[in-house]
Amino acid sequence: MSNAPTLATPFVEQFDVARNTLPGHGLAWLDARRQNSLHRYSSLGLPTAKLESWKYTRLPRIASSDFRLAGDADGNVVTGKIPSLFHSSTARHTLVFVNGHYRADLSNLDDLPDGVRLEPLNVTLQRDPGLCEKYLSQSAAGDGEGLSALNAAFMDSGLVVQIDPGVVVTQPIEVVRLNGHTSAPVVRHPRNLIIVGDGAQATLVHTHSGLEVGGYLTNAVTDVIVGRAAKLRHYTVQGETLDAIHLSSVNVEIGGDATYESFALAIGGRLSRQQTHARLAGRGGHCNLSGAYLMRGREHCDNTTVIEHLTPDATSREVFKGVLDDESRGVFQGRIVVHKDAQRTDGHQLSRALLLSDRAEMDAKPELEIYADDVKCSHGMSTGQLDETSLFYMQSRGIPEAQARNLLIQSFMGEALEEVSNPDVREAMRQRIVHWLPAHCYRSEEWREG
Amino acid sequence: MLEIKNLHASVEGKEILKGIDLTINAGEIHAIMGPNGSGKSTLSYLIAGRDGYEITEGEILYNGRDLTELAPEDRAAEGVFLAFQYPVEIPGVPNTTFLKEAVNARRRYHGEEELDALQFVKMLREKTRELGISDDMLKRAVNVGFSGGEKKRNEILQMAVLNPKLAVLDETDSGLDIDALKVVSDGVNQLRSPDRAILVITHYQRLLDHIVPDFVHVLAHGRICRSGGKELALELEEKGYAEYGVAAE
Repeated sequence: MSNAPTLATPFVEQFDVARNTLPGHGLAWLDARRQNSLHRYSSLGLPTAKLESWKYTRLPRIASSDFRLAGDADGNVVTGKIPSLFHSSTARHTLVFVNGHYRADLSNLDDLPDGVRLEPLNVTLQRDPGLCEKYLSQSAAGDGEGLSALNAAFMDSGLVVQIDPGVVVTQPIEVVRLNGHTSAPVVRHPRNLIIVGDGAQATLVHTHSGLEVGGYLTNAVTDVIVGRAAKLRHYTVQGETLDAIHLSSVNVEIGGDATYESFALAIGGRLSRQQTHARLAGRGGHCNLSGAYLMRGREHCDNTTVIEHLTPDATSREVFKGVLDDESRGVFQGRIVVHKDAQRTDGHQLSRALLLSDRAEMDAKPELEIYADDVKCSHGMSTGQLDETSLFYMQSRGIPEAQARNLLIQSFMGEALEEVSNPDVREAMRQRIVHWLPAHCYRSEEWREG
Repeated sequence: MLEIKNLHASVEGKEILKGIDLTINAGEIHAIMGPNGSGKSTLSYLIAGRDGYEITEGEILYNGRDLTELAPEDRAAEGVFLAFQYPVEIPGVPNTTFLKEAVNARRRYHGEEELDALQFVKMLREKTRELGISDDMLKRAVNVGFSGGEKKRNEILQMAVLNPKLAVLDETDSGLDIDALKVVSDGVNQLRSPDRAILVITHYQRLLDHIVPDFVHVLAHGRICRSGGKELALELEEKGYAEYGVAAE
């Protein structure tokens, strides 16, 4: 270790230029919130390895001049076909954001049931500033670290989802985020707010896709409130470009008897980190934070989770599986905190990684903090390689080695995908995984007969 | 079909096979019997091409060509099949998918069109009926949760589906009760044909009551010390391997 790293606070100087154009400018509470958050960010800076939770993931050196704030024009770089996780025949509600800019012309919200509102943050700030004030004036998890504070200062884009109590949204809501293809690398600070009313149900899919090679930085914060006996399935597919930095922090409040199911599939990005903090705040709540990541080259993927059991009879489950090739790196940090009153907590956590190369690296850290006495908590971690015996077995049946490897990787990932309860999403993710795998190579001709 | 000449092989620097000579012609069934540690499994892995087994001297010819030049999958495509002593479990890969991948990989190798799902299932149905394999076994992941007998029957199903020219059965009788032994043996006997050679590797004689070999060889200390007809198996059953310098077990 050299000297203590100096505090890095890029983007601060962009604030004065941007403040008058940020959404909701003129709302006194919001202006104050932004200003306070900027101060907080100035004192915290970007996270460094000195922070325990950032021990394994180091941000590159970032200067303000590396990225400019995305403007409206950056939202017009796309005109063509919009990629979807789903098969074209799957009925769904679609919202498209290009470089953070909402594109109503590319979105489709025609069949949205009553009691559901999906809109970009700037629209909600105009239409219902009171709602925004209630949820955005203070983040659920506070601005405990620099990135959240930075996001709160800028909050330049984002999505607000409101589902009224009792409303069951049957079709999945797909939020397509297309990034890149800008004149210079851009930075965005999306702020998403997802409110699922008591007894309501919905499936929300976020797909992030890079438009072409090139860098950009996303620093997103999402606040999720799952009401009593409500159910939210929240899926993410991160397919950013090889130069992109994707930082996402999700704070979830789960009510009594409610279910929050999240699954994050990561197959891109130079550096990606999804940090989820779930609070089981009502008796009998359930949360499942799971994911899969497939990395190659020098990609780096970090899944960091904190699950807090605050009330009795809640259950939590985590299954993360990763495949790391070349010099890629994976990080899993899973902290489960069982508070004093959270009796009969049932928690299960599993992290498994498969290293396809000697130079790939995995860091995994489970942390259980248990203050209640009647608790069932288990965790398992493993990092290994493809099983040579299984490979040979498949080859001895005529399956070429490359294909055998692919089948074993799919088989390995299958265990994670089982956590995805929506069959369309599960199948679509399975296909994304197959697509990631190296193409089969065929064999020499020499020995071939006739 | 298979000619093994003066084969010496080692594993992790330790010499296991010390000069094996064996010729198997099409239409013949040979049995290799021997005590534990005699090199039986090493020989089967060398034929199938497993990594970590080094040939230090001699050669393995298959239809006159050097078999060791080929990757395991290419040996399989050329008609070599090894039924494993311990079939491997592959979670997450359905048995049917596995079989179809194997069949089509072989068809691709030979420049033939791949079978579509319908054609494949039709072909598979015929084989499973003969071997008494349930649909459930086909749907489950390869060998996962299979009983010992089911695993061995699954090996025979793979063999039947892949239709090899040279089949090597490594301790296929281990872990089988009498009924399962019968089913497996019947499956092998159905594959007896003038175009096919079968090499049965076993510790015990009882499998050879069902799969009657043309030739029996005794493997001990990395060498074939004796060869004879099927009656040699009975003699071994009676006297054990003691006369080959192996203590009774």
